[in-house]
Amino acid sequence: MSHYLTTIGLEIHLRLLTKTKAFCGCSNCFGGEPNTFVCPVCLGFPGSLPVLNSQYLRYAIKVALALSSNVSGMMKFDRKNYFYPDLPKNYQISQYDMPLSLGGYVDIISDNKPKRIAITRVHMEEDAGKLVHNKRALSSYVDFNRTGTPLLEIVSEPDISSPEEAYRYLIAIKSIIEYLDVSDCNMEEGSLRCDANISIRPKSQKELGVKVELKNMNSFKGVRDALIYEEKRQAKALSADEPIAQQTRLWNEEKQVSEPMRTKEEAHDYRYFPDPDLPTVSIDATLIEEISSELPEMPEQKKERFIRDCGLSKYDASVLVSDKVMACFFECCIKLYPKPKMIVNWLTGDILKYLNANNIEFNSVKTTPQRLISMFELMDNKTISGKMAKEVLHEMLATGDSADDIVKKKGLLQISDKSVIEKLADDIINENPKVADDYLSGKTNALGFLVGQLMKKSKGRADPQLANSAIKKGLGKKRP
Amino acid sequence: MTIKKDAIRYAAGLARISLTRQEEELFAEQLNHILAYMEQLNKLDTENIEPMSRAGSTGNILREDMVKSPLSNDDALKNAPEKEEGFFRVPKIIE
Repeated sequence: MSHYLTTIGLEIHLRLLTKTKAFCGCSNCFGGEPNTFVCPVCLGFPGSLPVLNSQYLRYAIKVALALSSNVSGMMKFDRKNYFYPDLPKNYQISQYDMPLSLGGYVDIISDNKPKRIAITRVHMEEDAGKLVHNKRALSSYVDFNRTGTPLLEIVSEPDISSPEEAYRYLIAIKSIIEYLDVSDCNMEEGSLRCDANISIRPKSQKELGVKVELKNMNSFKGVRDALIYEEKRQAKALSADEPIAQQTRLWNEEKQVSEPMRTKEEAHDYRYFPDPDLPTVSIDATLIEEISSELPEMPEQKKERFIRDCGLSKYDASVLVSDKVMACFFECCIKLYPKPKMIVNWLTGDILKYLNANNIEFNSVKTTPQRLISMFELMDNKTISGKMAKEVLHEMLATGDSADDIVKKKGLLQISDKSVIEKLADDIINENPKVADDYLSGKTNALGFLVGQLMKKSKGRADPQLANSAIKKGLGKKRP
Repeated sequence: MTIKKDAIRYAAGLARISLTRQEEELFAEQLNHILAYMEQLNKLDTENIEPMSRAGSTGNILREDMVKSPLSNDDALKNAPEKEEGFFRVPKIIE
């Protein structure tokens, strides 16, 4: 990509966790039997009138404030008109020229340097229904349960200059939103959706290249993969002097390629106009102040506090706060066991490694702060060694059992009986006379081999320090 | 501003309705009448007047976030031309 500059902008749709839909009292639930959370308003029956959900407004303001976006004193709803079977009214209630908020930003780390990604706007809109397709059937099936559920659209400026930055921006947005408790931000379940615009241009060129819109990514990683693919595809085309079509492409997760959308590429004309069913909404300073005061400690602030109060490195602190549940886990741990550095090493080391390898989110981790600390205590009182602890932890994460139970079940108790270890040491030395001679003739690194053999023989259970001194003592006896 | 027949055809296309030639002419004429009528507003001096986004000021109209009982699935589908297993059935949409 060295010859080209990449420009990316992201549109994020976030489903908010209110109890009811945006403009009617139907339950805002995920799933359910088809067409069972529906009413005349969300089905668009003639004569029904939408009324804005006050909690939706509060949540929306909360998100805007957390993104440092300027909440408008007055906003209105507009109709975005188009025909599609998942849209019963033939328009979507959205916001056009007087949205919830303008501006804002998110800070990310790119190439080890801080970078600020600007946000254009945040606006409120209702979600559409769900179409179910059956390959063989001659029909499609519509479920309107999701119709009218409350969304926020967060539009970034085209400030993002690589797929990796796009990924970091998404993670940053997700972690901010998670702290607010207004959405579960799950891309797989569709509570967070992301479309991307990407263009590339030669470094010497000033004006932006042709913009391609990417859709249908259903994970954060999918967004990054799709952008990496598209960046390469466009660079290849430009290098071969082929034009890039301005189009919408769908990410094919299975084949790991983007494909042009097959629908007719007619220019959309949404004919936005103010929705006469919904009065304008004024948001006064008192309401904004009230909601600001309810904002929890945000990831950036938490990070600073972890660095300041717990002596964590910047890196460790950012990893911790990137996941609200992990940060909370850490905070519970340090209350029980005041060694933050040790806790963070295990959390961001073995625990994260296990979770990532098994594709588990931190909020489904099978162990608790109390159990992790009990394991530390087993290490402290020398019941298990550090090496055994790793094995125990792995089992704890896999089964959810306590460290105590695992140690008993697997017979992992550390051998700290000096006489037992010394007996083992003598055996090892007798079995390896040549290595013992090497040591005695000055090759000190032979010691490590013998200690290793002892550890192996004890199945890792011997106290490593005792093993070391027992081997030394045993060899001492051989010295002429 | 006058509306020509191609604008009528475009609007009809967006609305997914088909018009006869006579209707196209008729609607073009009628819409031009309406526009000419509205045109009178442009004669007013609005120099120092704040734009108004809607008539009347009512204050915010909001509702509590409380679940109300929905329609039963049967009732929801009552007017549907076609339905199957709780779904509305529509002509196949190819993506």
